[in-house]
Amino acid sequence: MHNEDTLNQKNRNRSRILADFRFRAYGILGLVIAGSALLFLLGNIFSTGYSAFQQTVITLEINLDEDRLGVTSTASPEEMQEANVAKVVKQSLYDLFPEVKKRKEKRDLTKLISLGAELDVRDMLLLKPESIGSIITLTVPVSSDADQYYKATLTGEQFKSRLKENQKQWLQTLIDNKQVIIKFNIDFFTQADSRYPELAGIGGAVVGTIYTLLICLMISFPLGVAAAIYLEEFSRDSFMTRMVEANINNLAAVPSVIFGLLGLAVILNIFGMPRSTPLAGGIVLALMTLPTIIIACRSAIKTVPPSIREAGMAMGASPIQVTFHHVMPAAMSGTLTGTIIGLAQALGETAPLLMIGMVAFIASVPGVPTDPATALPVQIYLWAESAERGFVEKTAAAIMVIIVFLIVMNLLAVVIRNRTRISNK
Amino acid sequence: MKLSNKNKVIRNSLLSVIVLAATPVVSQARDQIQIVGSSTVYPFSTLVAERFGGSGKFKTPVVESTGTGGGMKLFCKGVGASHPDVSNASRAIKSSELENCRKNGVKDIIEVSFGNDGIAFANDVSNKPVNFTRQQLWMAMAEHGPKPEKWSDIDKSLPDTKISILVPPPTSGTRDAWNDKVMKGGCPAEVKKKDKKSCKIMREDGPVVEAGENDALIVQKLGANKEAFGIFGFSYLENNSDKIQAATIEGVEISLESIQSYKYPIARPLFFYVKKAHIGVIPGLKEYLNAFTNEKAIGDEGYLIDAGLVPLEDGKRTKLREVAKKLIVM
Repeated sequence: MHNEDTLNQKNRNRSRILADFRFRAYGILGLVIAGSALLFLLGNIFSTGYSAFQQTVITLEINLDEDRLGVTSTASPEEMQEANVAKVVKQSLYDLFPEVKKRKEKRDLTKLISLGAELDVRDMLLLKPESIGSIITLTVPVSSDADQYYKATLTGEQFKSRLKENQKQWLQTLIDNKQVIIKFNIDFFTQADSRYPELAGIGGAVVGTIYTLLICLMISFPLGVAAAIYLEEFSRDSFMTRMVEANINNLAAVPSVIFGLLGLAVILNIFGMPRSTPLAGGIVLALMTLPTIIIACRSAIKTVPPSIREAGMAMGASPIQVTFHHVMPAAMSGTLTGTIIGLAQALGETAPLLMIGMVAFIASVPGVPTDPATALPVQIYLWAESAERGFVEKTAAAIMVIIVFLIVMNLLAVVIRNRTRISNK
Repeated sequence: MKLSNKNKVIRNSLLSVIVLAATPVVSQARDQIQIVGSSTVYPFSTLVAERFGGSGKFKTPVVESTGTGGGMKLFCKGVGASHPDVSNASRAIKSSELENCRKNGVKDIIEVSFGNDGIAFANDVSNKPVNFTRQQLWMAMAEHGPKPEKWSDIDKSLPDTKISILVPPPTSGTRDAWNDKVMKGGCPAEVKKKDKKSCKIMREDGPVVEAGENDALIVQKLGANKEAFGIFGFSYLENNSDKIQAATIEGVEISLESIQSYKYPIARPLFFYVKKAHIGVIPGLKEYLNAFTNEKAIGDEGYLIDAGLVPLEDGKRTKLREVAKKLIVM
């Protein structure tokens, strides 16, 4: 009898230990699966995207011949715009390969160079008209097809290029002459969108995103904090406030595209704000972030112990003094964390922006928040849709940029949380 | 001290928001062309826009890809700086849309049919090339057809593989054109007689799958499932010819020439529409119209042709330039 009992106990003990062990194993397994999925995703994005940070360029000696350009150095800026820059750029290529005579072959040859070359020469003419008549050396991007081909040969990747055999030979000659080299792609960070993958950059989208988020923050933070303070500290528990509370919680769960529709109907159509601008985008995203901030701020205020309020009151402080001098400083860390998380959410939104026209081709970096602009996730979407092969690496690179953005914002949240927490003690 | 500073910050930012909200927003005149519409025309329109802006005289137009129908809705909302100037379309404007335009005061519209596009029925390059007729395609895809499991059930000459077709969503112009040319064109007379609309209904028992607008994703899916076919615009096929191949339709291979002459059965014209009332008001609109219809863009060796546009025949192009120069309304 006694023996059986201990046996039972032993068995039970064993199964408990086993259950414990199994539970831990499940946990670790779950972590491993999640971790490897993340690693796979990041690895995939990195391996396709890292090459977008490099750019193949060609150094050309361009003869700025007056006759070919059709302008003289004394021409007005308007006349300079009309200069036949394409002709001098093409000629510089023909000079490199004098054996190319046929019209069709010449066309193939000029397709190795990006349209960017012409734009660079035009900028040069506008900047330094005196250079007309001389020979200049310019480093310009090659066309996307040539860029993709060269990058593939560097990594030894199997890749069926769209380049023709003769184009490949010309490119190889230029590579052997060290005229075609690969360099860090600074344009990717400074330029806006382009239909030519070799010229497209993330700069416009980054500036657009920053403007949009700033406007979003400027509107949603003060309004959100004010609403939270009122609801937590000042409002009486009436039917009205309970209604407001319920609606705030509902709003937090509304799909973001609805806010876009609201933006279209109210902000664009009634208030007549300009379409496709960060101003309109920021306001729409602010509406979306507002509930998140209110909820975060309210729960932060709730965690402030009543003793702090009571102590303040006992010292003769008015309710508003108690709120702003004692409660809010203590609740600030939670509020700021919530705000940054809300903004990070807004950073990833495309659906509301679609409705107000920010999903668009915009080829210039916006100067002010009322200039048309797009945002990072929109840029990723637009590039992913594009047919040209060169946009595949750009898409992945843009994803990397947005991930860096998110990491920075989350780090900021952690830093702010730690800072404000220390100052309260 | 520190606290009252924070207090001030909060108060000031609250004030600034109130000021910001109270400032009347004047919708000032635009100096930048706004374009909306078809995602098929988007790549061509943006190419023209970029070159147009690159020449430095005018700002680069803003081009939105809203789909043909969505674009028309925005375009027809009214005249003035808050409404778009140009609407891209992968089909001609519908009479209902035109009526809507007229109702809202958009009266003079310039129609520009700038080129052609073919629709390819393509699969992974590792497959043997196949030939289909429109009837066969209809039978494979239609709700009111025989609903076969395999291609070989339709005709012995077709491959002995499961039917699996990825189609674009109903909102896309490509789907409209496919419905028009294949689902209607390949529809047998007895079904047509019953009800014209029933021809276009696609089967929902598995072989036909709606795959979204993202062509890049469809190419990837075709790579993963070698039996599957997808539906693409010609420009997309051109750019990805190392990954996908097009089937011949009724013996005609998809090519520039066969689309231009409409020998290839699934070909369509592409359009854009311009508000005449905006010309002279929005700077550069007339110049944009001319840049788009210029021989450098849509001529036989134009840059849009390099991007996959199928050029119009010579005579049509001369007529088109006339339209653009004299601003002839429809």
